[in-house]
Amino acid sequence: MGTLKVRVWRGDAAGGEFREYAVPARENQTVLDVVTQIQREQEPDLAYRFACRVGMCGSCAMEVNGRARWTCRTHVKRVAAPGEALDIKPLANLPVIRDLATDMAPFFDKWARAGGTFQPKDAPDGAVPAEFSVVPPESKQRREADAGIECIGCGVCYASCDIVAWNPDYLGPAAMNRAWTLVNDVRDGARRERLEAVSGDAGCHSCHSTQSCTERCPKNLDPSSAIAGLKRTLFWDSLWGRLR
Amino acid sequence: MNARAGRHMWVAQRVTAMFLGVAVLVHLVTIMVAVRGGLSAAEILGRTHGATAWFAFYAAFALAAGLHGAIGLRNIAMEWLGWRGRGFDMAWLGIGVVTALFGIRAAWGLYAS
Ligand code: SF4
Ligand code: SF4
Ligand code: FES
Repeated sequence: MGTLKVRVWRGDAAGGEFREYAVPARENQTVLDVVTQIQREQEPDLAYRFACRVGMCGSCAMEVNGRARWTCRTHVKRVAAPGEALDIKPLANLPVIRDLATDMAPFFDKWARAGGTFQPKDAPDGAVPAEFSVVPPESKQRREADAGIECIGCGVCYASCDIVAWNPDYLGPAAMNRAWTLVNDVRDGARRERLEAVSGDAGCHSCHSTQSCTERCPKNLDPSSAIAGLKRTLFWDSLWGRLR
Repeated sequence: MNARAGRHMWVAQRVTAMFLGVAVLVHLVTIMVAVRGGLSAAEILGRTHGATAWFAFYAAFALAAGLHGAIGLRNIAMEWLGWRGRGFDMAWLGIGVVTALFGIRAAWGLYAS
């Protein structure tokens, strides 16, 4: 069995550096397996985050060989040719807590700022409405909402977006993808507030539609199109005076 | 800069873009039609003098171009230089209006001379 050369970023908010490790190379191993091997067998104090290991929880994202990825579903052989080293860093655009663990608070704060909470129309206090809503599965709005609903909040898109790097206030692709699913949710009563929350320089109007978010999203979602949908909606709502 | 003003600028930029798209076409076609068979400065002035519709068209053209350009430059300056905030926005608005005024003055010169 050969070995795999791995460079892992070690440090904290004040700074850090790459350190090199050698990990047994296996036929089938994920990047998360590699990090776990280092932590279990070599460096017990290596900080990183994971939970489900099957691509559901969204907690294991890191930057692997220059790209943000979910590490539990990324096979080493997909990102590094035989003999090539692995570079593993914490996600970009987020404060580092320690080693590979980033502080996701700004990411989720922006979900809240973008109006990411469902506001039932007929129960403004947030209670569960007494009656079920009937939403035809084939309706356009239902299909738009479905397209973005499977987000696991991993932050890969957020770490891949240049605008987030340039403007710390920018809400980012995931928060706006969430907002777009709710704008299309016919049961929701906070459409207007939400559209106002995602507009302007910190919102959808700063997006360059470069689609890094869409290309990198491990769930194959399309935040870029969701943001384009928000822009379109805001354009017509502004022109017809539905928003001030 | 609040979200509403940012949104309005974006809408203004798109609307001016649509108008400019049509206006540039009208402008080019007009030139091609007018110039066929040669044209002197005196002839041009003869046609533009007192032509209110043309003056209105070119004044709107200049205004749209001024605003469209200034909003675009504002966005670039925000992202690349970090020039954000009310003061900068006012400055860009001023630059847009001044650019537009140059164009409008030129159109006025043709109209009134
Ligand atoms: S499409 Fe927009 S949100 Fe997505 S990466 Fe590009 S700028 Fe960021
Ligand atoms: S949109 Fe995709 S990349 Fe972004 S947080 Fe959701 S699942 Fe992750
Ligand atoms: S560990 Fe849950 S998505 Fe990777």
